Amino acid sequence: MAKVLVVTSGKGGVGKTTTTAALGAALAQGGQSVVVIDFDVGLRNLDLVLGAERRVVYDLINVVQGEAKLSQALIRDKRVETLSLLAASQTRDKDALSEEGVGRIIAELREKFDWVICDSPAGIERGSALAMRFADVAVVVTNPEVSSVRDSDRIIGLLDSKTERAEKGERMEKHLLITRFDPAREMRGEMLKTEDVLEILSIPLLGIIPESEEVLRASNVGSPVTLNAPLSAPARAYLDAAKRLRGEVVAMTVPTERRAGLLSKLFRRAA
Amino acid sequence: MTSAARPSIRFRGHSLIALVVVPEEPVPDWLAHLDALAQRSPGFFASRPVILDMSHLPHDKDSLRALVGDLFARGIRVMGLEGTEEAILGPDLPPVLSGGNPTGQLDIPTDRIKGQANGNGTRRPASLLVDKPVRSGQSICFPDGDVTIVGSVSSGAEVIAGGSIHVYGTLRGRAVAGSGGDPKARIYCRKLEAELLMIDGSFRTDDEVQPDLRGRPVQAWLDNGAIAIASLD
Repeated sequence: MAKVLVVTSGKGGVGKTTTTAALGAALAQGGQSVVVIDFDVGLRNLDLVLGAERRVVYDLINVVQGEAKLSQALIRDKRVETLSLLAASQTRDKDALSEEGVGRIIAELREKFDWVICDSPAGIERGSALAMRFADVAVVVTNPEVSSVRDSDRIIGLLDSKTERAEKGERMEKHLLITRFDPAREMRGEMLKTEDVLEILSIPLLGIIPESEEVLRASNVGSPVTLNAPLSAPARAYLDAAKRLRGEVVAMTVPTERRAGLLSKLFRRAA
Repeated sequence: MTSAARPSIRFRGHSLIALVVVPEEPVPDWLAHLDALAQRSPGFFASRPVILDMSHLPHDKDSLRALVGDLFARGIRVMGLEGTEEAILGPDLPPVLSGGNPTGQLDIPTDRIKGQANGNGTRRPASLLVDKPVRSGQSICFPDGDVTIVGSVSSGAEVIAGGSIHVYGTLRGRAVAGSGGDPKARIYCRKLEAELLMIDGSFRTDDEVQPDLRGRPVQAWLDNGAIAIASLD
């Protein structure tokens, strides 16, 4: 049974697209068939983070408006066979999305994939409303700081009221993913404590992704961090989070950067 | 200016729940049922606004007048009519109402009401229970009575109650108690971090709360028109 997962946050710049790419790749690396959809029409990024920007011919809007078939718009990843992308349109805006069209596409993708991951735009308007509309599971991405936590709280309220599941009175599964976590700053009291974030948001924790240069480096080379540097701290945190999404019990730790040997440094340069 | 010399006329909107009575044929049998009901539950119609819905009963001016008279004889005063035509009514009959909102069926009490029935005595005390957190951006509004929240009220959320507010969790958002003008309403919470506390129009923001009360279980009430806060432990 396919699962539709929305990666959302309310606030921008907290790591939704990075998380979509990393979780999508991690699930695909584990043998699941995965499609990631970019709902950020007009400000698309997921294609860049996945290194597929030059391969986009048809996009989500073309399919929503019936100008292209789904099979024509899906872009298969070159590194992981079971990972596909449905890109957003850069030249249109979010009004081009219709609820009926999005619902039809998601129903069609449910037949073909194990996971349908919707990368929500920031905000609480049409784009993010439609990204969460048909979801079964939500990953709420939050940075340990007050504005991000409050925005996430707002989004959780919307997940519990505006999704199709919520309207039918069914339970919406929600997970919290804390990103850009810096243990040293938490110790110094410069960030909200994890326990405080959990207390405020009161949804189960899926994982804690440490702040790392590897994330930025992976984005710049157009490869999800779990593929680009699978042994790095953020990649290990994402791989653990993906296992938890599949129902595995993995002890909650914050991976730390292993001291990179000369060999792996050389190897990474080459990549 | 003549208007300055005259006191202005005051208008006020008012909404209330009316009892809609739907007579059916044959009328004598229906009236007999009504008598039986009134005997079982004395006071059922007392102080209740009653609307007569004539849509199920063919009628003319005379039969309508007779029916209204029959009801009046039973102590039921009809305040308005539905399902009939303006044209057949005279000045001696209640007006046709429009713009009302239909509500659910009313449960007719089957047990004999014990003791003296009075107008308010039969009404259930109103309260609202919310057993999940109130998230940022959500607003719980319950003008009819107390609100109890089992969970926290987030920053950017608000709870408005006609009566008191009880929060079994952290109160971070806004709490407005006694919204309909009740100075006796109170606010209770297990952990005070509220952005705003308001009781019957008087308020206190977070800045005005004594620092030693923050994070504590407290109650807030109105003391001579000003909000007082005291720890509960």
